Amino acid sequence: MNRRGLAVAGVLVLLLLPLAFIEPRTYLTLTVAGLAMGMLIFLVASGLTLIFGLMDVLNFAHGALFSWGAYAGFSATLLLNQRWRWAESPSVAANTLLLLVAIAAAVVITLLLGTLVERVIVRPVYGQHLFQILITLGATIVLEELIRIVWGPNDQVMPVPITFQGSWDVADIVVLRFPVIAIGLGALVYAGMQLLLNRTRVGLIVRAGVENREMVEVMGHNIYRYFTAVFAVGSALAGIGGLMWGMFSQSVRPTMGGEQLIFAFIVVIIGGLGSVTGSLVGALLVGLSYNYVAFLVPKAAIGVNMALMVLILLFRPTGLFTAGK
Amino acid sequence: MPDALLDVENLHTYIGQHHILQGVSLRIRPDTVTVLLGRNGAGKTTTMRTIMGVLHPRGGTIRFEGRAIHDLPPYDIARLGIGYVPEGQGIFATLTVDENLRVAALAQDAHSRERLTRIFELFPDLDRYRHARAGTLSGGQKQMLSIARAFINPNRLLLIDEPSKGLAPIIVEHLIGALHAMKQHATVLLVEQNFAMASAIGDEFYLIDDGRTVHHGTMAALAADHALKKKYLGI
Repeated sequence: MNRRGLAVAGVLVLLLLPLAFIEPRTYLTLTVAGLAMGMLIFLVASGLTLIFGLMDVLNFAHGALFSWGAYAGFSATLLLNQRWRWAESPSVAANTLLLLVAIAAAVVITLLLGTLVERVIVRPVYGQHLFQILITLGATIVLEELIRIVWGPNDQVMPVPITFQGSWDVADIVVLRFPVIAIGLGALVYAGMQLLLNRTRVGLIVRAGVENREMVEVMGHNIYRYFTAVFAVGSALAGIGGLMWGMFSQSVRPTMGGEQLIFAFIVVIIGGLGSVTGSLVGALLVGLSYNYVAFLVPKAAIGVNMALMVLILLFRPTGLFTAGK
Repeated sequence: MPDALLDVENLHTYIGQHHILQGVSLRIRPDTVTVLLGRNGAGKTTTMRTIMGVLHPRGGTIRFEGRAIHDLPPYDIARLGIGYVPEGQGIFATLTVDENLRVAALAQDAHSRERLTRIFELFPDLDRYRHARAGTLSGGQKQMLSIARAFINPNRLLLIDEPSKGLAPIIVEHLIGALHAMKQHATVLLVEQNFAMASAIGDEFYLIDDGRTVHHGTMAALAADHALKKKYLGI
């Protein structure tokens, strides 16, 4: 068994350890909650792993794009609910349609914004990390202030379709409904990204470009056009993450993205830069350990992500997985 | 000489503050192998990178099939039919051999499949390790992969930078054979420090010193000119 196998086995043991202190039913409830939280983090981190991990751009504006996705979905939800009462309707079809339209709104807005940010702000600073930090932090301020101008500075309540509210009780385990939707969506995004990166020509060229940009260019591919597309897709994933997080917490606020960004960076680093599978595993680890620790030792919950990162990097300094997989 | 495939005139290239090329001129006739010779640091690699558009010249012209290309980005230059095998091979180590070739192939048609068959005849190792990660190949196999990537497209011109560097003599023999076979299909500009290899496949040479073209002629004439070889190449 190689080092990675050992690391994975060790992580599994760590995840089963709380069973010694928590009764099984509570453990399962916490596990479902942890998986859901992990998937929500994965949605944000998956976009960041493309942009930071694959393209090596330290994009602090990722959080602001997350917020924009949440607000775009918020507006779409509000509009449809005011006009046709799609959120309050008991009809599963209307509820589902509402969620899909909200996702579409978030995706369209963040695709456009992502393209704009890459073209105008990121393109001149490829390969220059310090400038990337400065200029994307600047972009964050501008994007956040724009949210305050358009939607106002205060928290607002995000309407959640009735079908996705509340919980199911499966064999005495409380299973919240919305998180299950989030887990499903996360799994779908993961499968889609794997397909795109490993089964398409675009994915192949992007993976090659990450390893050696110049070589891809001298082979006749305009790598910058691919990078714009990757950046836009990464931004759209942030937007979906923002919308889902808004519905999960039933609220939106202008600074919501910045709060999630740090989670996303932690996940991308422990998963291994540029690895989509790594981001998934990392996000689930963060979600699960946060829930277990918050239940057992509530005060330690804040530090658990850092502890997890330190622990993993101690054994695998480059993260759990390698790029492009 | 209007029949030149590639016509480089009075090229000036800077890297940062450094004036590396200070007047390089070359004319490469179709269906020949031209060798670029010179000491380390003379500007051979910089010349290739400037032709390929990776570096932008501050002065001078580069014409390929009569068309000025010195203002084009690398991806447009590559699509005109110039293949580049860089120093150090530039293979994608995390991709498989097959994926490396697929990134390089600009068209997926009957022609590229035929070329692939020819590549596997020249370099059977690439066929054998088709699904292995390119990073696990030996130095010689990596060089073969790098050359194969440039050869998979119907390129009119191949720029090959120091293919024999760091390779065992027996592998170099194999490479010479392969390059001989490729001569039938493309014009080659070769940078090569290994004089035996250079004279085995070169038709003409250009000698660069301190960023300037100082001599050119046929490879046969150079092989006989001991004074010139000693002055610029130290052999």
